[in-house]
Amino acid sequence: MKKRVILALAAAAVLAGCASGVKLDDVPVDDRTGAAVTPGGPGTGDASARPVQPVQADPSATSGPGPANVSRIVYFDYDSYVVKPEFQSVIDAHARYLRSNNRNVVIEGHTDERGGREYNLALGQRRSEAVRRALGLLGVPDSRIEAVSFGEEKPATQGGEESAWAQNRRAEISYR
Amino acid sequence: MSEPVLWRRRELAAFLGAVAAGPALAQFRVEVTGVGLTQLPIAIAPFRGEAEVPQKVASIIQADLERSGMFRAIDGTAGAGLDETSRPDLAPWRQRTADSLAVGSVTRLADGRFDVRFRLWDVVRGESLAADGFVAAPGDLRLAAHRIADMIYEKLTGEKGVFSTRIAYVTKAGPRYNLWVADADGENAQSALASNEPIISPAWSASGRQLAYVSFESRKPVVYVHEIASGSRRLIANFRGSNSAPAWSPDGRTLAVTLTRDGGSQLYTIASTGGEARRLTQSAGIDTEPLYSADGRSIYFVSDRGGAPQIYRMPAGGGAAQRVTFTGSYNISPALSPDGRWLAYISRISGAFKLQVMELASGNVTSPTDTTADESPSFAPNGRLIIYATRQGGGEALMTTTLDGKIKARLPGRGGDIREPDWGPFQR
Repeated sequence: MKKRVILALAAAAVLAGCASGVKLDDVPVDDRTGAAVTPGGPGTGDASARPVQPVQADPSATSGPGPANVSRIVYFDYDSYVVKPEFQSVIDAHARYLRSNNRNVVIEGHTDERGGREYNLALGQRRSEAVRRALGLLGVPDSRIEAVSFGEEKPATQGGEESAWAQNRRAEISYR
Repeated sequence: MSEPVLWRRRELAAFLGAVAAGPALAQFRVEVTGVGLTQLPIAIAPFRGEAEVPQKVASIIQADLERSGMFRAIDGTAGAGLDETSRPDLAPWRQRTADSLAVGSVTRLADGRFDVRFRLWDVVRGESLAADGFVAAPGDLRLAAHRIADMIYEKLTGEKGVFSTRIAYVTKAGPRYNLWVADADGENAQSALASNEPIISPAWSASGRQLAYVSFESRKPVVYVHEIASGSRRLIANFRGSNSAPAWSPDGRTLAVTLTRDGGSQLYTIASTGGEARRLTQSAGIDTEPLYSADGRSIYFVSDRGGAPQIYRMPAGGGAAQRVTFTGSYNISPALSPDGRWLAYISRISGAFKLQVMELASGNVTSPTDTTADESPSFAPNGRLIIYATRQGGGEALMTTTLDGKIKARLPGRGGDIREPDWGPFQR
C-alpha cells in the first residue's frame, strides 16, 4: 500500500513538473479575490446573478364586422403608396358604410419582405395613410380612422418571389 | 523483485492514460471562420474538476477568446490535471507555440455553489500574469467562465472583454414570437417576452437592466420599456398611429422614437418614464431609426427626405441634419461604435442587403460580409465586434464579425427564425 502511494506521488511530481522555467518566488501565494458571481451566502444556491422574469403578452381582440360582401384589402405596386383606380370602388363602399354607421376603423398598412423592418414599417404607414386620406376625401371624419402599419411583419402569403410579394403589399381595412 | 517494477509501470501507465483521456477542448458549438492578422496563441487546459460539473469552463473560455478574433487556441488537453496551484513546466507549452497558458479548477461547495479559480501563465517569461476566483450558483457557471475570459482578454490585449455581456434578440417559431436575453455567446437564452404578435427593435438601456422594444400585441405597433429582472414593463408610446424605433439617450432619461401621430413617420423624444412627446424632425419624408451618439449630443437617423433612405446626423435637440452616407441608394439601420469612430449600417446593393462599416473621419466604407440578407447591426460595447442577423446555409442566423470582417462566428440561438439582435452594455 505504501509503495503504491509513493509511486503515485512520484508520478504526480513528474507531471506537475517542478523542474525548469518557473521560480517558486515568481508565483504569488494566493492573489484570489474570491468575488461572488452570485450574490448571497449559503442557501442562495439557486439564485442567479442575472435573472430574467418571463412575461406573456395577452392576445388582443380580433376584428368586428363591417360592410358585407366588400373586400377589405387594397393592393399596391412595388415601392408605391398610390391607391390605384381599380381599388376606388372598395374605398367607396367602405366610405359609404362609415358615413352611415358610427363605427371606427383601423387601416393596417403592409409591405413585402424586402428591406429593413423599421423602414418598411414607415412604408406600410404611407399605404395606410393613403387609404385614410382617400376615405377622408369621401367624407369620413378623420377622427374615426386610425392608420397603423405592420411593415413586413404580417405577410398574407409566404414566399420569396413576386407572386407572394404582390399579395403582401397591401392595406387592410379593419373594424375593431 | 520483478513484481514491484511491473507495479510502477502500471501505476504510471494508468496515470498517463487518465491524463490523455481528458475532456476534448475542441468541442464548442461556435463556428469560427477566418484568419486574423495578429492573433495571440493561448492554450487553455481543462479545469480540474470540470468533468463533474454541468459546464466545461475551459471550452467556454476558449470559444470566447477565439470568437473575439484576437486569439488562436493551442490544444490544451496535455494540461489536464493542472490547476491554479500548479507550477507547470512551461517548456512543452513554448514548444507548442503557446504564448499563454490558462489553468484552473471548479469545486462544488457544500451549499451547492461552485468555487471557480484560474491562473494565467506567461509561457515565454515564465510568470503568473493573473489569478482570481469566483463563487457561482450552478446557473451562473457560464458567467464565471465568461468573467475569466474577460480577465484573460483584458490582461493580454489591454482592452475590456465583452464575454460577460448579454444580447437580446427575437425569434419567430410558427405563430409564436419571443424576445430573448442571452449571454454574448448566444447561450443561456431566457425569454423576457412571449407573444402571438410580432416584436421588433429591442434596444438595451445603458444600465443593462431594461429593454425598450416595439410590440404588436395590441394589433398596432407600440413601444414598451421593460425591466428584465422583474418583468415589469411600462407602455411608453401608444400615440395615434404607429409607434416604433426606440433609442435610448446615454443617460437613460430619454427615448427617441418614431411616431406617426401627426401624419407620416417622424422623430420625437419622450422621457423614459413616459409622458409627452416632443417633436424633433419636420420633414416631408420618412424619418426613422434614431440613434444617439455616445456623448448624447447627436442623433443619427434614417431619412428619405432626399428621395431614398440615407443616414443623417443632427443635434440631439433637433435642428439641421447633415447627410452621412453617400454611397448607394438605400442605406438604413445605423449602429455606432462606442468611441464614435465607426458607423455600421445596412446597404442595399443590387438587391442584396449588406452590412457596411464606415470610418466616420474619412468616410471610407468597407463591406465585411459575403452574405446578402444582412440586417440589424449592433456593436459590442468594446467596439471590437458587430453582431447582426443574416441568412446563411438556408436558415436565419446571428453572426458576430470583427470590423475588418476577418473573423466571423455564428452563434447558436433558440429555435425558429432569429432576428433583431441588440448587444447589451458592460455589466455594472
